[in-house]
Amino acid sequence: MNETPSKPAMSPVKVEAIDPLDSAVLDMPRQAPRFNVLSAIQNDQPHAPAIHPSVAHGKGIVEIKDFSLYYGPKKTVHSVSLSIPVGHVTALIGPSGCGKSTLLRSVNRLNDLVDGVRTTGDILVGGESVYAPGTDVIDLRRRVGMVFQKSNPFPMSIFDNVVYGLRIHGERRRSVLEEVCERSLRGAALWDEVKDRLQSSAMGLSGGQQQRLCIARAIAVEPQVLLMDEPCSALDPIATLKIEELILEISQKYTVLIVTHNMGQASRVSDYTAFMYLGRLVEYGPTSHIFQTPTLPETEQYITGKFG
Amino acid sequence: MRRTAYDLYRRSLSALIFAGCVGCAVLIVGVLGWVIGYLSSIGASSLSIGFFTELPSGDVANPGGMKHAILGTLALVAMAGVIGVPLGVATGIYLAEFKQDRYILAPVRFTADVLAGVPSIVIGILGYELVVVPMGSYNGWAGAFALAFIMVPIVARTSEEMLRLVPDSYRAASLALGATKAQTITRVVLPAATGSLITGIMLALARICGETAPLLFTALGSRLLTLDPNKPFPSLTVQIYTYATGPYPEQKRLAWAGILVLVALLLALNALIRYVASRSITRSIA
Ligand SMILES: Nc1ncnc2c1ncn2[C@@H]1O[C@H](COP(=O)(O)OP(=O)(O)O)[C@@H](O)[C@H]1O
Ligand SMILES: [Mg+2]
Repeated sequence: MNETPSKPAMSPVKVEAIDPLDSAVLDMPRQAPRFNVLSAIQNDQPHAPAIHPSVAHGKGIVEIKDFSLYYGPKKTVHSVSLSIPVGHVTALIGPSGCGKSTLLRSVNRLNDLVDGVRTTGDILVGGESVYAPGTDVIDLRRRVGMVFQKSNPFPMSIFDNVVYGLRIHGERRRSVLEEVCERSLRGAALWDEVKDRLQSSAMGLSGGQQQRLCIARAIAVEPQVLLMDEPCSALDPIATLKIEELILEISQKYTVLIVTHNMGQASRVSDYTAFMYLGRLVEYGPTSHIFQTPTLPETEQYITGKFG
Repeated sequence: MRRTAYDLYRRSLSALIFAGCVGCAVLIVGVLGWVIGYLSSIGASSLSIGFFTELPSGDVANPGGMKHAILGTLALVAMAGVIGVPLGVATGIYLAEFKQDRYILAPVRFTADVLAGVPSIVIGILGYELVVVPMGSYNGWAGAFALAFIMVPIVARTSEEMLRLVPDSYRAASLALGATKAQTITRVVLPAATGSLITGIMLALARICGETAPLLFTALGSRLLTLDPNKPFPSLTVQIYTYATGPYPEQKRLAWAGILVLVALLLALNALIRYVASRSITRSIA
């Protein structure tokens, strides 16, 4: 390397090299001409999320109302209000760790499994409160299906996996179980691949097939809402494409709330998109609006990959 | 790269450690082989069909067989299993699946660990005080209770460990479908862990098969085939102990044969355990 011919004096050079960078970073917010929502959020200052009028009606199948969640002392979801329209796909996007999964798991109260979780505000599913004392969590979870980030079929046969939800709710008639199994597997675009081996173990399926099996298992009990937490993040591009097609298919019948890390996926599969940042809702509206003419420049910056 | 003295040193040290490990392994296998070989050479000569089919004759020169003791041990282990397995597995389920009861779990776990470490003679005396004295005589129930007492903490702790190997994603999937906790445990968690639970249970059964001390104060032992749990109860280990400590050479020979049968039983049980363990679902998914 052709460094200065002088002695390798270290410290002064380093300090000079870092100094201008540092001040540039520090200068950036000062140079910003307008109130920045993201820096307001970073500084824990109040901000008003940009909600498109088409989703400000408050008549969603899922109504998240001023909902906050704490993991122990740590506030992870900050007063989020969100109205999920029935019969559509709504995507939750935002940088990793911003609380998308947490918010999703709040809808079916799966966060109950975590020690020391506390919530304020409420969520309504189909008009019924999720957090009111005396809520039947078992019934709530029957009405709200969930597909997880990592496919998690039970170590049982494909058939037993699909009809698990029915069996736990007391259905025993073989004919009903078989009918629902076929309908659900068809609904999850898996029937043709597995119809000849329904009794073999689900663990032998490929990753993409396992995830579609989990979707079949979730829709077998005909939930009002289907939650999906990054359902393609562990899959290869072709399996991802199949699931995306499946989500579009499913949305003919079900309301889907999907967390995704992938902007392209959000724009392809969703009708509405909510952008979250550090546990707050930043902007929410029709996907075309969010991706083409977002109200906030911060949303545009995130969507075009300038940060996050 | 320099090939230095240090390089030579670390390579030699590695070779030395490897040789040491191989040596220890060979030593242990060798000792086991020697024990089994020695047992076989002495015991096999006294082993005959009669050993399994005959009862004690009362004639010290021609003492008969140990049919009563073999059946007695099987019956005692079965009775202990019927008492100990449900208790142990239930405790294991509680320890593994009810994490929110944090302040109860720690003492229960601690108690189980302490109980698992209590010398078995102490458990024998406990059985004597709690069962034999109230019932007025040595009896099979007392023996079975003592053995069950040894089993419960072992089964509880191994079950807990096995259930912990079942991924939480199964529980989440089940609960998210609207299953109750009990349904999740009985329909998903336990089936997923069955193989490994059986392994733990069989380990505990193998352990109690060879127990002598807790039976001396409880079941006492018997030369009769009256498998009545209200009376003194025969067992292989106590019969071996009685014959081996007695003065008659023919009975001592019979004791050697009994030891050989006991060791063969334990080896077979362990082979079975390994087989079940290798097939258990929890291992293939964990
Ligand atoms: N079970 C938990 N206990 C404590 N903190 C958690 C738990 N799950 C998530 N968090 C924290 O909450 C924040 C949001 O997490 P998460 O909802 O998983 O984000 P996202 O899905 O947007 O990546 C993160 O800072 C994470 O560390
Ligand atoms: Mg997440």
